Parts: sequence; C-alpha cells; structure tokens
Amino acid sequence: MANVQINPTRMELTRLKKKRIMAVRGHKLLKDKRDELMKQFISMVEENKSLREKVELGIKKALEKFLLARSEMSDEYLNTALLATKQSVSLDVNIKNIMSVNVPEFNYTTRTADSNDIYSYGLAFTSFGLDDAVKSLSDVFEDMLKLAEREKACQLLAAEIEKTRRRVNALEYVVIPQTQHGIKYISMKLDENERGAQVRLMKTSATK
Amino acid sequence: MYRIAVVGDRDSIYGFATLGMEVFPVNNAEEAKGKINKLIKDNVMVIYLTESIANEIYEEISELVLDSMVSIVPIPGLYGNTGIGLKNVKISVEKAVGTDILFSQNK
Repeated sequence: MANVQINPTRMELTRLKKKRIMAVRGHKLLKDKRDELMKQFISMVEENKSLREKVELGIKKALEKFLLARSEMSDEYLNTALLATKQSVSLDVNIKNIMSVNVPEFNYTTRTADSNDIYSYGLAFTSFGLDDAVKSLSDVFEDMLKLAEREKACQLLAAEIEKTRRRVNALEYVVIPQTQHGIKYISMKLDENERGAQVRLMKTSATK
Repeated sequence: MYRIAVVGDRDSIYGFATLGMEVFPVNNAEEAKGKINKLIKDNVMVIYLTESIANEIYEEISELVLDSMVSIVPIPGLYGNTGIGLKNVKISVEKAVGTDILFSQNK
C-alpha cells in the first residue's frame, strides 16, 4: 500500500470516516450500475451478432446477384441505369438513454414513399437479374440500419462498462482499503497518545 | 436530417445507390480515410465501409467517432472479406465482459 502521510488528528479521522462511507456507497451504486449495464449489453450484443450475420449473408447474396447481372449486360448500360437514382434516404437521429449512456436511434425517411422507386432505370436495356439484385439489396436495407444502430450502441455500452468496472475496482481495491488503513492508523495513534497522557498524569500525581 | 454513406471499392458498392444511399468509391485505404474524415464533418450519421478497406483503417477511424453518434459499420464487399465485422463484435464483448462469452459457446 502506498505510504500516504496522514495527520493523526481527530479532524482527519472524521474526514476519513466520511470518505469511507462515501466510498462504500459509491462502490455499491457503481457495482449495481455495472451489473445492469452488463445485462443490457449482453442482450444487445446477442442481437447485434445475429443481425450482423443476417446482414452479411444478405449483402453477400445481393453482391453475387449484382455480379451476375453485370455479366448479362454491358457496363455502359449498367452505369447509366444506376447513374441517376430516384430514391434518396435521410436519417433522423433520436438519442436514447440506457443507464446514462446515450445511444442513437435511427429513423429513416425515403424521398418517395413508393418502394418500387428503387428501380431507377427503364426496363428496355437492363437484365432482369439486375432487378433481382436491387430487390435483394433493398430487403437487407432495414436490417443494415438496425445493425448500424445496435453496433454503435454496443460499442458505447462496452466503453461505459469498461469505465465503470475500472471505477468499481479502484474503489474496491484502492480507495476503500486505503481509507480503512488510515482510519486504523489514526485511531491507534490517538489511543496511544491518550494512554501516554494517562501514564504521564499518573506519574506526575505519584511524584507529588 | 442526416445522410447515409457507403465507402468502398466501386464494384462492391454501386448497388447501394439504388436504395438512396450515397456511394463514395475509393481505390485504397488512404483515400477512404480522407473521405471518411470529410464525411464525418459533413452531416453523415452512418458510414458503411467494405471490409477489405476497413481491415486496414478501422482502428484509426473508429477513434474519430468514439464520442459521437456517428456509426461506422463494416460490410462485406465483393472481395477481400476478412470478417472484421464479427471480429469487432467479439472485441466489444471482450472489452465489456473481460472474456469472450458469445463466440466461445459455438466452438
């Protein structure tokens, strides 16, 4: 334990006692916070994992379809077909509070309400494979957004849990033992002083 | 209102334009880094990044968005997939719990 110079006074003793009470209370609160954060985190990260697996699979499939569609038509036509897109998406962000951690919540709005507006091209020069590819990509879109939201939330929660855990450990293994040690030291010193004074008094009264 | 961006090699991301996301084709990780830096300052909330590029620069760029709500999500591309997306989930579990409890069950 680090040697900290402590003044063996009554004032210091009351200060340390107050500090210990505060530290114990803080420790309990932070421990509860950590446990609850962990509970939230576990359920969220499980969702994150399954979402990610789903999205990755969906995107991979869609990319394969795009590749096939590309082989069925010329590059120029494909480029022109995807050049001017009708649809556009914008995000609205709400802040959600989970155990004092702010996590984002994304709501998206599309420019046109019609879900068929993802096909931004005429049907004359494009292969049907392209339609299929675009459709399969649009199917994962919602999950992709949810994944972005969950993944960010998980990262933020993980950082907060790490921070809280460090605080809990610091209180448990450093602050509380240190103050206890200080309290013990002061009370022993004060007792010793008292005994010393008593003996001195006895000695002086005996010599009279 | 915020925007959604997709950054990566052109072949992997051009399809996302049909959904209304903004695509930013890049050729290498360095270029992607510059682009992402710019996008973050420019009202973009979600950035999807192909894994082949994310693999090289993810740590650097994730530090940029540590305290903000901007989300950078690795997605698989046509080639060079490294599984960094799932690896990140694993890392955050390890960071929070201390040990990997999600993936160890499956083995």
